[in-house]
Parts: sequence; structure tokens; C-alpha cells
Amino acid sequence: MSTTTHLGLAATAVDGIGASPPRPDGRLKVTGEFAFSSDLWADDMVWGATLRSPHPRARIVSVNVGPALAVPGVLAALTHEDVPGSKRYGLEHADQPVLAFDEVRYQGEPVAVVAADHPEVAARAASLIEVEYEVLPPVVDPETAVLADSPRVHEGRPNLLRHVPIRKGDPDVTAEVVVSGVYDVGMQDQAFLGPESGLAIPAEDGGVDLYVATQWLHVDRSQVASSLGLPPEKVRFTLAGVGGAFGGREDLSMQIHACLLALRTGRPVKMVYGREESFFGHVHRHPARMWYEHGADRDGRLVYVKARILLDGGAYASSSGAVVANAATLGIGPYDVPNVVMDGEVVYTNNPPCGAMRGFGAVQACFGYESQMDRLAEAVGVGPVEIRVRNAMKTGDLMPTGQVVEGPAPVAELMRLVEEKPPAPAKSDFLPGGTANTTRGEGVVRGVGYGIGIKNVAFSEGFDDYSTARVRLELVGGRPAVLIHTAAAEVGQGLVTVLAQIARTELGVSQVTIAPADTNVGSAGSTSASRQTYMTGGATKAACEAVRERLFARLDAPGLRLSDGQVLDSGGRLVTSLGELLGDEAVEETVEWRHRPTSPLDPETGQGNAHVQYAFAAHRATVDVDLELGLVRVVEIVTAQDVGKAINPDAVEGQIHGGTAQGLGLALMEEIQVRDGKVRNPSFTDYLLPTIMDMPPMRLDILELADPHAPYGLRGIGEPPNISSTPAVVAAIRAATGAALTRVPVRPEHITEAVC
Amino acid sequence: MRVTCKINGVDRTADDVWAGESLLYLLRERLGLPGSKNACEQGECGSCTVYLDGTPVCSCLVAAGQAAGREVVTVEGLGGEDGLDPVQEAFLRAGAVQCGFCTPGLVVSVHDLLERSPAPSDPEIREALAGNLCRCTGYEKIMDAVRLASASREER
Repeated sequence: MSTTTHLGLAATAVDGIGASPPRPDGRLKVTGEFAFSSDLWADDMVWGATLRSPHPRARIVSVNVGPALAVPGVLAALTHEDVPGSKRYGLEHADQPVLAFDEVRYQGEPVAVVAADHPEVAARAASLIEVEYEVLPPVVDPETAVLADSPRVHEGRPNLLRHVPIRKGDPDVTAEVVVSGVYDVGMQDQAFLGPESGLAIPAEDGGVDLYVATQWLHVDRSQVASSLGLPPEKVRFTLAGVGGAFGGREDLSMQIHACLLALRTGRPVKMVYGREESFFGHVHRHPARMWYEHGADRDGRLVYVKARILLDGGAYASSSGAVVANAATLGIGPYDVPNVVMDGEVVYTNNPPCGAMRGFGAVQACFGYESQMDRLAEAVGVGPVEIRVRNAMKTGDLMPTGQVVEGPAPVAELMRLVEEKPPAPAKSDFLPGGTANTTRGEGVVRGVGYGIGIKNVAFSEGFDDYSTARVRLELVGGRPAVLIHTAAAEVGQGLVTVLAQIARTELGVSQVTIAPADTNVGSAGSTSASRQTYMTGGATKAACEAVRERLFARLDAPGLRLSDGQVLDSGGRLVTSLGELLGDEAVEETVEWRHRPTSPLDPETGQGNAHVQYAFAAHRATVDVDLELGLVRVVEIVTAQDVGKAINPDAVEGQIHGGTAQGLGLALMEEIQVRDGKVRNPSFTDYLLPTIMDMPPMRLDILELADPHAPYGLRGIGEPPNISSTPAVVAAIRAATGAALTRVPVRPEHITEAVC
Repeated sequence: MRVTCKINGVDRTADDVWAGESLLYLLRERLGLPGSKNACEQGECGSCTVYLDGTPVCSCLVAAGQAAGREVVTVEGLGGEDGLDPVQEAFLRAGAVQCGFCTPGLVVSVHDLLERSPAPSDPEIREALAGNLCRCTGYEKIMDAVRLASASREER
């Protein structure tokens, strides 16, 4: 049963691009045989556990691991003194201690690690380590932390981690219609289901082999090697099965700790976080406060946007600098605005560290600018779709950074597509409150809301962003077969399926195997920023082309192509079989592939061609709201997204469904609640994820408007659907209730207090 | 302590089981059956769902000792020698698997649903699976998989 319309290109090669073959790892995953990072096992293996700070800010007076070492079964207990190399690590700045020294800066910061023969023994021994703290008042309010006279989170460094100003046009321009608002976004968690985990095995050469769930093997390795004081070639990484990521595995968690323990004990060490520890073990989505002022003419055409976006970076930098750049550069949305004054800021606090999460800065901003667009629509008396269409960005327009929007920019078309879908069914399967039977329909009102967002694809601001693919074509059992080797992290999105499809299309070979991702091949870059199909797909395509060229060089004929194991000439006539052309010799090519270069942003004006590609998705949400209880039931969500080219249509749908669900979660329930620097709800009992009862049926329109610069014309697809479902759901609740709702997640009392 | 129970039709024994260990730990770490997953440790996510004497349970909430003398069926025990169970086949074909961490628990829960109700309505499916979290799919293709499994079981 499909509720999806695909508009555009058709499939050609069998199980090649445009088809939806099943996942190569799917059979193992449905039978329970797929080895996730928490499933690994080795002879003689022991378990690692971590002691974490209970305080958001405290000076460490002393640490005594003696009581832990006295526990039978314990093999090692390590502190910062046992870190042989760099004592700090980090993606953008090496500011995060491997194990805390001098001071702890957030609740949950690792202080010591223990290895023992049973996970419970390791955890209990870790809890016996004596740490004397001198508790300090935590810096927890971003608005005061950013002020010059605030106490510093890092001694000798200002709390303002990065400020991204963007100036376009006339900063003093005025307009006839002005709407303004202050908006807040809570701290969302990636909540991947597979906990942080891995297995470190000490090697005979004094190095270590780590099997781990991560998003970026090579940058993990360089950080780990640096802290172990080992050359990178002695630190070998292999990707273990990854149980979801969504940005939360871009930073290190247990990698260095497990390697330290393995090298110290000489035994394989497995570390697996529990769910509570996982909430402290990875970065989260930045909470935001955003001040927006939109000026427009009487028809609602935007004259200017002035905005300040303040992100709480928490205790360590992680990827905050790139997140705030996204928030700022994408912070007015997919609209054509002649004058922009934008200031994005991210600040250190003693709150949990924040970094990458799906949507990466674009999510927070979208809740702000889309709430504003609805206010503007109301102020000038037009509908929510009309106001967006009137201001829609199109190809050739200038971003606030001065960058020209190249390629298709179907903003108005996407809005029309979601608008024109038939309305949601009058009666939902469930009322607000679900099976709790809190209403029979009395006091329930319905609303419809819209949202559209913009996201950059791949890494920006001049980053040398590349991926490496090694493709080998040879006869296996007398039949041509392809082996693809990359270091790209398959985290569930289906890259392994897509790479095989690309090889089938390029080489006309049905038998394609994906080698395990490891550091024996060059970096693939991160599985983030919606970039892997573009980047590692692009690298695989290029490596296949190089293999093909070498093969064709053996034949003196123009216009050759490969199809279904045969070499055909330009007229489609058989020249020879691929098997005969190959013979006994394998053809292997390794290609390092880059997207078009980008430029840094000017530090004063924010001008620069910072982004590679823009991607767009629009949502329409229909909700029923119980006015008495403030309970919301999302009845239906309609999404329209331009994907350039759907390499695997089923997987594209899956990304749109899943991204939309995470946006619904942010709108209605998902928030890490932090008070005075302490997390109050680190469990799935208290941090609520959308269940199948919370999710409505979703209907999709998938546009395929080719981007001339991208492989096959594709666009990154993972993040765009995560961005505008949040404001669409909130707009629908506003339409139903009239409540202002300037904060997500919306809580029942926000609704009941507004309507009573 | 020693724990003996029947797992996927085979009598299994584990020694030196600590009284605080869960059935999930017993399966995963002592008996070489890591198919049941460990995502929340408090019965919220359903990733560890197994049959205990024919009733689906969160194995993280069952003490290992409670399984003594009883019959456990895990995701590893659902498929026959001739291949996948129709529910497993449907998850694969419907594209209901992304990262796959929730899949083993969902497969067991759907298997149980279809045993009780071979042709469930959409609201019935949602109610039955409300205890199984999935972070990747938004559940749409899981709904498709249940409908597909229901249809293919009927054909058999």
C-alpha cells in the first residue's frame, strides 16, 4: 500500500539506481543475526565502565581509585593521569578532557574508567572510586553567560564560542508591516536505539583494533590515536553494526576509554552504555532562544528580517561552530529577502554539551522563521501558503550570504503540492489521549498548519570535504562481481544498498558486495549533513567509471557501454562478454572524490559561497486538540520534498517518514529537561519518543528535479524532512486553538493556559 | 546460580548466573543469542521482546532466574529451517528495516499480534505495537510490513 507519488525519472537497470532492492543487511537484521556494536564478543573479554561527575561544575580536589582496584574481578581503574597522549579531544576544538582533570564542566563528564570481568562488577567498582569535589555554581543561562562579565566556563576563554554575523542590503530599512517574536527550542536527544558501544582489542604491535558504532571512522581514529600517543596506523577502526546515529555519534564517547583499558589490561575490552548513561554519553541538539523581526509591505512581501539566534553549546565545543553557522546562514528560511541583519551566537555553559543532530542548526531557526511567516500572514490578511509562495526563493536568488541559489529551488511548488493534497480524513483513528479514552470528541478542535524549510547538504565554509571509494571488478566463480570498499558509516539509512545500486548501473554487473567499512581505505567523511549518497555515492560512481575506462582501453572502439554482463558498442551490438574482457585479472581503482569547493564566511558580514547544495521540504500537518486537557493528536502529515533523483525510492520514503517523525517529536514531546545544569529525565520513561500511536499516516510527494552539479542530479535527503514538520505541527495547533505557542516542545499546559 | 530453560526448542543451561541478571543478559551474554536488543533496560522500548511460555515479554524486565524451567522463544527461533517467518520476510520486503535495532523486538511483537488477530485493522496494529519504539522509520513502513505479513500468512 503506497501513498506516495513519485514525479520524474524512471528506473532503468535491474536493481540499479531508481530501483528499491532490499537491503543487503536486511536478512541478518530481521533474523537477529546482524552484529551491532553492543553484540560483539571476544575470547577473554572484559567489560569497561565509566565514573561520571554528579556535578555540572566542580573543582576536582582528589581522585582515589584504590577502592575500585580492591574489588575482586577488577583489572584496571584509570584517570586522566593514565592518558598517555593528548588529554583533550574535540571535533572543532580539542577542549574536551578524555578524563576530567582540575575541573568538571557538566553533569555526567567522565572522570575515571574501570575494567572488570563482569559489567556489574565494573559499574560497582567505578562507583567506589573516591572523588573529592569542590562544588562551584554552574553557568547555566545562555543569555547571561554570553555577557562579558559572566563567570567563565573555560578559564582564559570567553564563553562566546562563535558569533556569525550576516549582513545583506540596508540594515536601517523600514517597512509598513512589522511582526516580531521570541521563540524557544528545547534540548532534543538523538535517542538512537543502539547504545554507545564497542570492543577494543589490543594488538601485538602495541596498537589497538577498535570495532565501534560511529559516524566517521577516520576522524574518530585521529582523535583516539592522538590521545593514546600512537601513530594512526597503529589504531585500526572497523565499523560495527550501528543502531541509528542522527548526529549523536559524530563525537567520541567510549572510543578512547575502551582503547586505554585494552592497552592497560592486555585484554579485549567491551563497553556498552545503558540508556541513562547514553543521555550523558553524547551531545544533544542545541537549545535555542531566537528573537525575530520581519518587515514587509502591505501585500506581505518581505522587506527585511532582523534576527538573533542564541544557541546553548553546553560545556564543550563539539561541532557548535558549524551548527551556529547553519542556523545563521539558513536562518531566514527559503525566502527571497533583500535586507537581512542576522546574528547567530553559540555560548559555553555548564549544561550538557550540544553538537550535531539531524537538521544541525536549521531545525531551530525554522521554528522561528516559520512561526514568523504565520504571524506575517495574519498581519496582512492572507493564508499561510500564500504568504510563503509570495516570498518563495527561486533559482538565481541571493541567499543572505550573497550566495546565488543554483539549481532547482521549487519552494513555491512544494508549498502548492502540500496545499493541494486532499484534506485529512474527517475522523481520525484515535482522538487526543489515544486509548486512554479521555474524550469522546467533546472539546476537540481541528487545525491545519504549514511549514517549509531549507538545509545545506555536505560540509560547508571551505572545509576540504571528500570521500574515498575503492571498486574492484573481477570474475568470481566465473561470473563478474564487484567489491566496493569505503569507510562510510552505514547507520541505518541504507547507504550500503545505494552503493551497490550505483555499481550495478555503472558496470552492468548484478553481483555487488560491500566490504566492511574500516580504516584500511581512505576517509569517506562523516555520515552526516545528508552527504553520504552525494559524496560516497559520488566517489563510488567515479571509481566505477575509472574501472570502466581501464577495461574499455583494452578494446579499440568508441562509444562502448556495459550492460548486464556484456560489452555493447554504440549501436547496442554485442562486442564481447564482460567475463572475456576481464579474464583472470581484477581491475581495481581507488578514487578520492570532492564536491565543488566552498568558501569561508566573511567574519564581519557573513558573505561567502559557504554551501554546496540546498535542499527543501514542505509539510502540512492536521491535528485534533483536546482544549480541556491540552492533548494533541496529529491526524495526518503531508510532505513534499525535492530529492533531485531518488536513487532508492523506498529508502527516500523511509528517510522522509523518519525525519518527519523526529520533527513531530520535537514539536510535542521530546525534551531533555535541564535544571541548574542537571538532567531530570535521562530515561525512555521520562524522555518521550513518538510511538506508533503518536504517529499519523503520512502522505508524500517526491519531486525529482535534477541538480546539474550532483551525481545523477541527486540531493541529500536525510535532514530536510526533519526541519519543517515541527513548525507545521505547531502551526496546526495554533490554528486549532489560537494559542501563541512560542516554545517547542508544546506542553499541554501551554494550550490549556492559553485557551482557558 | 544455575539456570536451565528451553530456548528456541533446545534445553540450555547457564552457570554462575548472578541473581541480578535479567533474562536479556542471560540470552545475550551467556547463551550466545544477541538477537534480542538492549535499548532502554526498563521495558519502554520493546527491543528485547521475547516469548516466555508463549506470552511476549520485555526480557530486560524478567530476572534470569524467573525463566528457569520455562520456554523462551527469541527472534532467532522464529524462522524455520526453510527460511524466514512471513513477518521477517514482510519487514524485509516492505522496507521496514533501517538501522534494525528495534526490528527483532518488533518482529516478535508482530508475530504475536498476527497469532492472536490474523487480519488486524490499522488502529489494532498501532495499539499492539505501542510498546515498541522505532527511531528511524516513523512507523509507516512497519504498518506496511504488518499488512503484508497478514496477507502472506493468509495465502499460506
